[in-house]
Amino acid sequence: MTPSSASAPSAPAPAVLPDAPTAKPWSRRRAILRALRHRSLSLGLAICALLVLLTLLAPVLTVHDPNLQNPLATFQPPSWEHPFGTDAFGRDLLGRVLYGARTTMLASLAVVVLGALVGTVIGLSAGYFGGAYSFLVMRMIDLLLAFPGILLALTVTAILGPGLTNGVIAIAAILVPIFARLVEGATVEVRNLPYVESAITAGASAPRIIFRHILPNVMSGVIVLTTTWLGIAALWITALGFIGLGVQPPTPELGTILNDGQNYIMIAWWITVCPGLFLSLFVVGVNLVGDGLRDEIDPTLLRP
Amino acid sequence: MSGYVLKRLVAIIALAFGISVVAFMIIRLIPGDPVIAMLGTGAGDTELIARLRQQLGLNEPLVSQYFLWLGNVLRGDFGYSYANQQSVSSLIAASFPATIQLTLAALGLSLTVGTILGVVAALNRNRFADTASMGVALICMSVPSFWLGLLLILAFAVTWPIFDVVGGVTWKGLVLPAVTLALGSLGFNARFVRSSIVSALSQQHVQTARAKGVPPRQVFLWHVMRNALLPLLTITGLQLGQLLSGSVIVETVFSRPGVGRLLIQAILAKDYMTVQALILIIAIIYAVANFIVDILYPVLDPRVASR
Repeated sequence: MTPSSASAPSAPAPAVLPDAPTAKPWSRRRAILRALRHRSLSLGLAICALLVLLTLLAPVLTVHDPNLQNPLATFQPPSWEHPFGTDAFGRDLLGRVLYGARTTMLASLAVVVLGALVGTVIGLSAGYFGGAYSFLVMRMIDLLLAFPGILLALTVTAILGPGLTNGVIAIAAILVPIFARLVEGATVEVRNLPYVESAITAGASAPRIIFRHILPNVMSGVIVLTTTWLGIAALWITALGFIGLGVQPPTPELGTILNDGQNYIMIAWWITVCPGLFLSLFVVGVNLVGDGLRDEIDPTLLRP
Repeated sequence: MSGYVLKRLVAIIALAFGISVVAFMIIRLIPGDPVIAMLGTGAGDTELIARLRQQLGLNEPLVSQYFLWLGNVLRGDFGYSYANQQSVSSLIAASFPATIQLTLAALGLSLTVGTILGVVAALNRNRFADTASMGVALICMSVPSFWLGLLLILAFAVTWPIFDVVGGVTWKGLVLPAVTLALGSLGFNARFVRSSIVSALSQQHVQTARAKGVPPRQVFLWHVMRNALLPLLTITGLQLGQLLSGSVIVETVFSRPGVGRLLIQAILAKDYMTVQALILIIAIIYAVANFIVDILYPVLDPRVASR
């Protein structure tokens, strides 16, 4: 037993009443400032900002066209000319990694936005309307949850066929039931609070109640979940690219570059090591931000 | 207790029905003619097309198609893989042992190492050992498994050839894929165990036990760990599914002849009968594993059944 755990304080009684439905701007700014003092949050933000900046500056940082083939410079190890080396076609790997990371990052962002949007709408409507509609919808959600992780994405890919857009849809399909369940639970909780009841009594329309009165109160969970899943989405998008079901060559994407690297792993380690390091660093950064946000916003949520 | 089991039983039967409908619909949802997509180059053969349509029952109404298919599946007939020129059930039977072996090895690894990391972190809260093990856990969760697999191949094929790198269902060939597959859930388990223990430590019965002078080791084993590790059982059921589906990627990296690699090859080859069968089987295994966890839980924690 450690002394630190023995003296774990119980939660102090709240000095003020719980938050009003909408926070005032000044308290929000203070919350942001306080959040930035959170170590893992600021470290994660710094890592992500740096990597995003690198991909944005790709045209400035690279001298070579990422798709330009040079038969005279194949499999060059890292050097000043090519900091990440070159691949089987003599293409500059630094450029390919930076442009590829753009695709990976944007695709992962699209995944979480799509998944969160659809899942939130489903969860809100099921939680608000309840009854037979909610029962039916939530049983469908349970069914989707019965397909573990990437298996659901593979099922969707098997139907839609390979490709970047289909890959994004396939992975978003994993997120939809997860968001729907979270939002449905939170909505049911808020739905029966007195202020929602009084809004109904006052004759507010269903969309107005859902978007003005309920959504702001389930939003914190959605934001935390979105961040924590962004890293996993990046891992799965690249995994799809790696097994040949995601982005199709010659478009550079971190997963397809890694697939390429696998073929030449014995002669050119840099094709595998460099894009993987970039991806891992990005996911570490995103996960740090997710952890920090969860601590700041909603400590009760468990990581997926 | 029996009411609880009955409720779970009804739930899993409903779920299995739903899973079977989804698996059944895969072939029917493919844009275009699934028969022509499946046969690929052999699509010119009208007699073969007619025979396959007949075999799939595509000329029947949808509902009778489903029951026809379900009847076959229940008798162990998953159809014929034209890409592999053999029955789907024999393909699956040949590749399942490798995947089961890999999944169980990875599950064991992630549970033991993850728990150890979590316990170390929780017992040294806010000290260096805590930061270090949680840092390791974060990296475990952030590194893409297939990339780690490639790095291990790089290290152990070139530098230290201790383990078999590719193929083989031998024990030597199991080590690297199992480590690769286990990593993500290992990190998750470490964090989960840490937060479980930390919250168990602050519970009143732990403080009472400590106050009445129970030796610290006994408090930790009987009052803290027993409560902290129970939720790990639920996680184990969920992780079995994650690991089974994660094997898809790890088997591709290490060219292991398992179900995961078979699934990828089947998707790429548009071998839909195999895809359908594998998705059905993996989802059912996952559902059954979670059912077993649900049943076991009230045995270990009587509070659950009364809820």
